[in-house]
Amino acid sequence: MAHGPQPGFKRWLYTTNHKDIGSMYLWFSFAMFLLGGCMALVIRAELFEPGLQIVQPEFFNQMTTMHGLIMVFGAVMPAFVGLANWMIPMMVGAPDMALPRMNNWSFWILPFAFTMLASTLFMDGGAPNFGWTFYAPLSTEYAPPSVTFFIFAIHIMGASSIMGAINIIATILNMRAPGMTLMKMPLFVWTWLITAYLLIAVMPVLAGVVTMMLMDIHFGTSFFSAAGGGDPVLFQHVFWFFGHPEVYIMILPAFGIVSAIIPTFARKPLFGYSSMVYATASIAFLSFIVWAHHMFTVGMPIAGELFFMYATMLIAVPTGVKVFNWITTMFRGSMTFETPMLFSIAFVILFTLGGFSGLMLAIAPADFQYHDTYFVVAHFHYVLVPGAIFSITAGVYYWLPKWTGNMYNETMGKVHFWLAFIGLNVTFFPMHFVGLAGMPRRIPDYALQFADFNQIASMGAFLFGAAQIVFLFNVVRTVQGGKKASDEVWDNPEGLEWTVPSPAPYHTFSTPPSVR
Amino acid sequence: MLKGFNRLFALLATSVPSLSSLAQEQKAEAERWGVNMTQGVTEVSQTTYELHMLIFWICVAIGVVVFGVMFYSMWRHRKSKGYKAAQFHESTAVELVWTIVPTIILILMAIPATKTLYDIYDTGEADLDIMITGYQWKWKYDYLGSDVSFFSNLATPRSQIDNLQPKETSYLLEVDEPMVVPVDKKIRFLITANDVIHAWWVPDLAVKKDAIPGFINESWTRIDEPGIYRGQCAELCGKDHGFMPVVVKAVPQAEYDSWLAERAAEAAKMRELTEKTFSFDELFARGEKVYNRTCAACHQPDGQGVPGSFPAIAGSAVATGELEGHLDMVINGSQVNPAMQAFGPQMSEVDLAAVITYQRNAFGNDMGDTVQPIDILNFKNKQ
Repeated sequence: MAHGPQPGFKRWLYTTNHKDIGSMYLWFSFAMFLLGGCMALVIRAELFEPGLQIVQPEFFNQMTTMHGLIMVFGAVMPAFVGLANWMIPMMVGAPDMALPRMNNWSFWILPFAFTMLASTLFMDGGAPNFGWTFYAPLSTEYAPPSVTFFIFAIHIMGASSIMGAINIIATILNMRAPGMTLMKMPLFVWTWLITAYLLIAVMPVLAGVVTMMLMDIHFGTSFFSAAGGGDPVLFQHVFWFFGHPEVYIMILPAFGIVSAIIPTFARKPLFGYSSMVYATASIAFLSFIVWAHHMFTVGMPIAGELFFMYATMLIAVPTGVKVFNWITTMFRGSMTFETPMLFSIAFVILFTLGGFSGLMLAIAPADFQYHDTYFVVAHFHYVLVPGAIFSITAGVYYWLPKWTGNMYNETMGKVHFWLAFIGLNVTFFPMHFVGLAGMPRRIPDYALQFADFNQIASMGAFLFGAAQIVFLFNVVRTVQGGKKASDEVWDNPEGLEWTVPSPAPYHTFSTPPSVR
Repeated sequence: MLKGFNRLFALLATSVPSLSSLAQEQKAEAERWGVNMTQGVTEVSQTTYELHMLIFWICVAIGVVVFGVMFYSMWRHRKSKGYKAAQFHESTAVELVWTIVPTIILILMAIPATKTLYDIYDTGEADLDIMITGYQWKWKYDYLGSDVSFFSNLATPRSQIDNLQPKETSYLLEVDEPMVVPVDKKIRFLITANDVIHAWWVPDLAVKKDAIPGFINESWTRIDEPGIYRGQCAELCGKDHGFMPVVVKAVPQAEYDSWLAERAAEAAKMRELTEKTFSFDELFARGEKVYNRTCAACHQPDGQGVPGSFPAIAGSAVATGELEGHLDMVINGSQVNPAMQAFGPQMSEVDLAAVITYQRNAFGNDMGDTVQPIDILNFKNKQ
């Protein structure tokens, strides 16, 4: 017998319901997205013109660091966990997540972690200022005192991610409806299953590396200090052993979302389902053996350079397979271009552009010129903003009618899309140019020849920021009311989530559906 | 963008510029919309550029095909045109083709990349060795096998950074002492750092290598044409990461030889100066220059420091306390805060004496004492 939620704030504090927790994750992530976005705007405002106008270099470095940390750990990762919470039980025909109490806990420690992280901005010596990659010894011997709070915040975020990952694996492996074999699962479930294994493999490595920092800072060890027999480059190896799989953690679920949306709006089944699964698994495997391509300039022996160059280039193969599959899915379909489809198509195009620059960066000798320039900034923003952010946005528009029972405003959605699409390209495309022309990243001021493109990029950034207000407005309006959505919402979409009513009742699949 | 036109207009309107400054302005104008990697002035930079362009055009070709199909499909296969969806959804043959073809393209890319990498790694048999040490936030160049060794600091005036004065063409890319090297010689760089990780980068030479404290990295170059080549630190190294440029001046061998001899003579003269007794005013004036070059980045030009990060010199316990303690702090650095480096090995006795004298008598500090170079030498020898 289903029962409703507790009234008031207790509903959210005590909830073990996957839909409530999913919503909290998504709102939290959107709040962090706005916070991290504001920091990006401080960066872009300072870089609008050469010279120091708005902030000093100390604070600029805090902004770049916090922007990166908040976007990676606060915006993108929780958003994917939120979507997983909402959708995975409904997609596999389960009544809830396998471990609902842990689900509550893994969400509720996040606000504390980020409050702690954000509070460092008000501490003596300021917030962490050593970049989101926090290379030692800048982040150990030379760090501001707030680094200790940063370390504990990372520990908590890591714990939350690991708990989330365990929960997702347990749900997918144990709670599928009868007949839902592994190779019948929607790709979003598959990509999340693989992502969850990546999380379990690498979040402890991140915890390890920040703990080693903690020891170096407070307990006199010298893991990363050459003077004590350690090695600053060791930090980078350990960090990127976490860091490279981490960037796939932020993109694999995106692949899953897009693989759900494109077939719906092309009215044609996904092309090459099983090759999509194998490609995802290959990418996950390769992500563990390419980490040192972030470190081509640290002075590795040539054998190391070559190995990491070849392995990195290989990633292009399974990634290419995915892109080709999406395009072939669209090919000879019967397409319409609602907002989720627009974001998904932009995802395919722009993510592929980011993939091209990634391939260029993989070429070690050329990387010596690209490394640590704005070309890299352009590259990873092209994979992360259209990759993670656009796919999350697409997913929200796609499933919002199912969550709320109301259709969002399509015109406003399209306005949001075009503002975001133009803003994104105006912001990040010129960064390729200034990077190739020689502008290093993470500098608060730059030589005069970079001025024009930086000015353009800054204007694009504010446009992109403004687009998100439209998004927020549209979502709030849809939650409040609007045209009623049908159970199917779209034109014959595939998946169990479309068999339940809109809005999805508080408890779904209390009795498992039958899957043919 | 508009500023560019304004600048050009101002240039035409205000005065008749000298030809050379006009040429410089034109060059800057051409650079400002630069969208591509430099071809540089070495064989390696040229090969790197060609490799970059090769991969770029391969990506363009793939992009044209892939997006071509996609846009064709988006144009033709839409519901609004009444197109009926096909229902095909797999083909092993097609999957195999688009796995194998990219693999072959990748192998074709890997071959020239591997060759270039071997060239870049060939650091043997150099004509000249220069040790490069990164410091927060300057570079030190030691010409191995000679007495020549000096720091290279940002020379762009603070007033330009703070927008109080118009910015020069080489804004943020100007140093007080460039690295001078001969053309057509194989130069080996031994790269390390004193504090945090930096990266020494000159795009025209296609040399970028991390400077890592406690380790020495190697790299090399052979510059074809004389000229001034500018670069920047490429690894986040703290507050003034954006303010530690690299300038390399490549000159013909003869000019290099006379420069090196001159620098060696200067070094010898500096050693003699250690014996000399200076007046307070001489020391104070020299000290002010040294302070602004070396100390002001952290302790600030007005000696007030940055609360919470860098202590003030004005009224500080060290600068207004026992001279011994002040000498120890500047020469050996701070025991607790690694940002306060040991300046003893970095600076000449004369400069140390001058800057300590300055700090004890500036910003409202009024100790009235003078420190002579010989005092510094004695202090160092006593340790």
